[in-house]
Amino acid sequence: MPELLEAEAREGAALPGPSRRGGTATPDPANGREVQEPQVPGGGPGGGAPWLLLTLPAILAYVVLLLLPTLAAMALAFTDYELGAGGFAWIGLDNFAELLRDRGFRQSFANTLFYVAVVTPGSIFGALAIALLIEGGRRGRTLFRALFFLPVVSLTVAMATAWQYLLHPTIGPLNAMLRQVGVAGPAWLSDSGMVMWSLAGIGIWENLGFNLVLFLAGLTAIPRELYAAAEVDGAGSAWARFRLVTWPMLGPTTLFILTITMIRAVRVFDTVKVLTQGGPAKASEVLLHTMYQEGFTFFRLGYSAAITLVFLVIVLALMWLQTRLLDKRVHYA
Amino acid sequence: MPERDTPWLRDLPRLGLLALLGLLLLLPYLWMVSASLKPAEEIFSASLSLWPKTFAAARNYGAVFERLPVLHYLWNGVIVCGGILAFQLLFAIPAGYALAKLEFRGREVLFGAVMLGLLVPPHVPALPLFAGFSALGLLDSYTALIAPSTISVFAIFLFRQFFKALPDELIHAARLDGMGEMAIVWRVILPNAWPAATAFAIFSVVAHWNDLFWPLIVVNGPQHATPALGVLFFRTSEGDDDIGMLMAAAVIMTAPLVLAFLLAQRRFVEGIATTGLKG
Amino acid sequence: MARRFGAQPVLKGVSLQVAAGEFVALLGPSGCGKSTLMRIIAGIEQPDSGRILIQGRDVTALRPAARDVAMVFQSYALYPHLTVAENIAVPLAMRRLSAAQRLPLLGGLLPGARAARGAIAAEVRAAAESLGLGALLARRPGQLSGGQRQRVALARAMVRRPAAFLMDEPLSNLDAALRVHTRREIVGIHRRAGCATLYVTHDQSEAMTMADRVAVMQGGEILQVASPEAIYADPADLRVAAFIGSPRINTLAAEAGADGLVRVAGRPIGLRTTPGPVTLGLRPEALFPAAQGLAVRVEAVEFLGDAVLLHARHEPCGTALVLRLPPERRAGLAAGQKLALGFEPDRALLFGADGRRLPARDVAYA
Repeated sequence: MPELLEAEAREGAALPGPSRRGGTATPDPANGREVQEPQVPGGGPGGGAPWLLLTLPAILAYVVLLLLPTLAAMALAFTDYELGAGGFAWIGLDNFAELLRDRGFRQSFANTLFYVAVVTPGSIFGALAIALLIEGGRRGRTLFRALFFLPVVSLTVAMATAWQYLLHPTIGPLNAMLRQVGVAGPAWLSDSGMVMWSLAGIGIWENLGFNLVLFLAGLTAIPRELYAAAEVDGAGSAWARFRLVTWPMLGPTTLFILTITMIRAVRVFDTVKVLTQGGPAKASEVLLHTMYQEGFTFFRLGYSAAITLVFLVIVLALMWLQTRLLDKRVHYA
Repeated sequence: MPERDTPWLRDLPRLGLLALLGLLLLLPYLWMVSASLKPAEEIFSASLSLWPKTFAAARNYGAVFERLPVLHYLWNGVIVCGGILAFQLLFAIPAGYALAKLEFRGREVLFGAVMLGLLVPPHVPALPLFAGFSALGLLDSYTALIAPSTISVFAIFLFRQFFKALPDELIHAARLDGMGEMAIVWRVILPNAWPAATAFAIFSVVAHWNDLFWPLIVVNGPQHATPALGVLFFRTSEGDDDIGMLMAAAVIMTAPLVLAFLLAQRRFVEGIATTGLKG
Repeated sequence: MARRFGAQPVLKGVSLQVAAGEFVALLGPSGCGKSTLMRIIAGIEQPDSGRILIQGRDVTALRPAARDVAMVFQSYALYPHLTVAENIAVPLAMRRLSAAQRLPLLGGLLPGARAARGAIAAEVRAAAESLGLGALLARRPGQLSGGQRQRVALARAMVRRPAAFLMDEPLSNLDAALRVHTRREIVGIHRRAGCATLYVTHDQSEAMTMADRVAVMQGGEILQVASPEAIYADPADLRVAAFIGSPRINTLAAEAGADGLVRVAGRPIGLRTTPGPVTLGLRPEALFPAAQGLAVRVEAVEFLGDAVLLHARHEPCGTALVLRLPPERRAGLAAGQKLALGFEPDRALLFGADGRRLPARDVAYA
């Protein structure tokens, strides 16, 4: 399935950078808004309606493969439809009522929140720190950027398998290392108190490189003259310059990264499926895995659709949070 | 942010710290490769040596190729990613052009639909799509793997933004030269769409090559399994005991994209950073 | 006050002194090293050798913050996330408040912070008022016009009353009309503040109209430092003469014979100097049609309203010449016409083979 990310749509499919948002040097009349330009009539001289010809394939695919299934998923959430059961009945909010009662779902919901709450700050501040280190000099920029980006292009399933070996309680290298220093390492993936931490750690590892690249782009977009001005204005220490220039100028980038990281984290599935299957005893159930289990293992499509809807609401809420609440505070136009 | 090169000596702590962090990040890779070269007894002795005492690479990798249709999985991955990308471009480029450069009634509505589509994660329509493909008897087929991803609203959006920045004169000139709208799309717009198309292609291939969710839903046998699914199947069938072989399989399946990335890392980083991300 | 610098690749042994209260313009084509020089003075870049003295204090090893200079940047370099008032307050806050006192919300509760902040606010308001920014204090740079941003940058620089003002092409991002207006405003600020100012520009009209003295820079070296009048009428170097003035100064290859008479294409021109090859420089307005003199053919006549530009070619040596004549002289001038051009000997500039101006004591009228 295409991994579409809504947030970048608003960013104009380009890296968000301070310079794009009413920077100091050039007045930006467009300022994110569309500039009206002369348009070509779509019913042009060739006769017929070329626009229809051009957009029809996309429209058809959109309706059949995206719009109708999405609406159907929403409708399903209010039915008791089960695959192979023949008919179905409208049951109103019963599915959602059951979700509230379902301890497994509550656990899954809480786990997802926990995962988001750990992965988001972990991968953002980690990436920012590394980005600042890389930008601190000229050497090694390309090398380190590529190195930290590696997990993004690595097959998640294969890497999860590698992690499983790495975290193996008895033969895993991690615990072997801990034994060397006299610490008995935990059962990373089969201890119910530990498993979400382990998954979150892997999540940080996965997301770090992507955020790093975005931060590097954001840092490059900060006008060098602002640092010069800060120095002349008396910001002598690196920290003072970071507070005065870097951090505020990275605002739009950070907000963008914050949103997409949270949305990516809510979508955690691969590592759970490969490493724990939600276990032990549902200690690592997460929303999409629960939805997958209910829908495609137990074929309770109606119930699964209700979980999907919860998932969609969370994603939409995060995007709404970005545009409505936070956007105003980091864009300075 | 230095204007000039700092002297080596003063740069050393920074580089050392980065190298240390990089090493930490690389640990899973190092252990994965290391274990794929080791015989079982060395792995089970949990020795901390990355370098195997006896090499079992031939045995581990040989066993993978023997028991796992590696090339078939990789080939499936190529077909699925290639098919998805081809359709995405076929649908999105003309639509993006129409939305950017043609004036017609309903254009705002169409663009609104695109923006709305961007809000929906691909997991949401998965259930009805699964039910649909099941009803049509199309489960476990290339069609089921490819079709749902052929429409990428993000691609339409991306190309629309890109084409909006192209000068109108280009299209006026093409019209004066007697080209129809279709000819303009394929002979004027497409050649100019390469930067956006490359970026999107990299993004799309990385996303679908790595995707587990949808193949897991529609595929139930090795015949149409993608690399991601292949690793999962292999693990289920061979169990967790033969770690050397498992790691060898992981290395083989990870290698193609990582190699492609190392060869064109600049394009990859920019492509993925400017278009979107892995899910 | 004095500043001195040594050599480095971009700059070759530059030495420049700015007296207290003086306005010096550093003029040169882009890439001549003038911005580098300014950034070295500010401390943003380090010189490979040499010293920088500000009010007698050697600041070469000091950080920019410790040098007591203020700078206006070409792009203004305003902090886009801060309001106008906050932008202007930065240089004061950075110096007078501790890191803890600068913290948002909490910082205000620390002892002494309230009083210090109040004082800063008052000074910011005064600086803003003096530049007509009083009504804009709560805005962000993104909401301001180019001219307003420019004034905020000025206010930020002057609020602290620094030992020296550095301005790096501050007008180059403004449109022509605003540039002329702001030019006068900056001169006014300088007169009121009375603090030493170094002003980098590539625009000779800015340098000539604003500065007490102009330092002409080219290829990493300072060619001449003098008053605008002297730079124009009495250039020390052929490159200075060629850089200043529009249309460009006319130059003719000439030769001073053994008898000391300067000849252009073999004909004496009424000047005398030490024997050797020389270059004769004549400003467009120094030449006029005369009964006899340099033989030229008119190539084009351009009417500008307040003047007439006459493009001619000196026939014996093929050099193109430009004359600037009063508009009433246009009548009777036409392309293809042959003329003789004369000049007042005291307006002729003679340059040696090395491009340096020949000392006045070596030049005499024949």
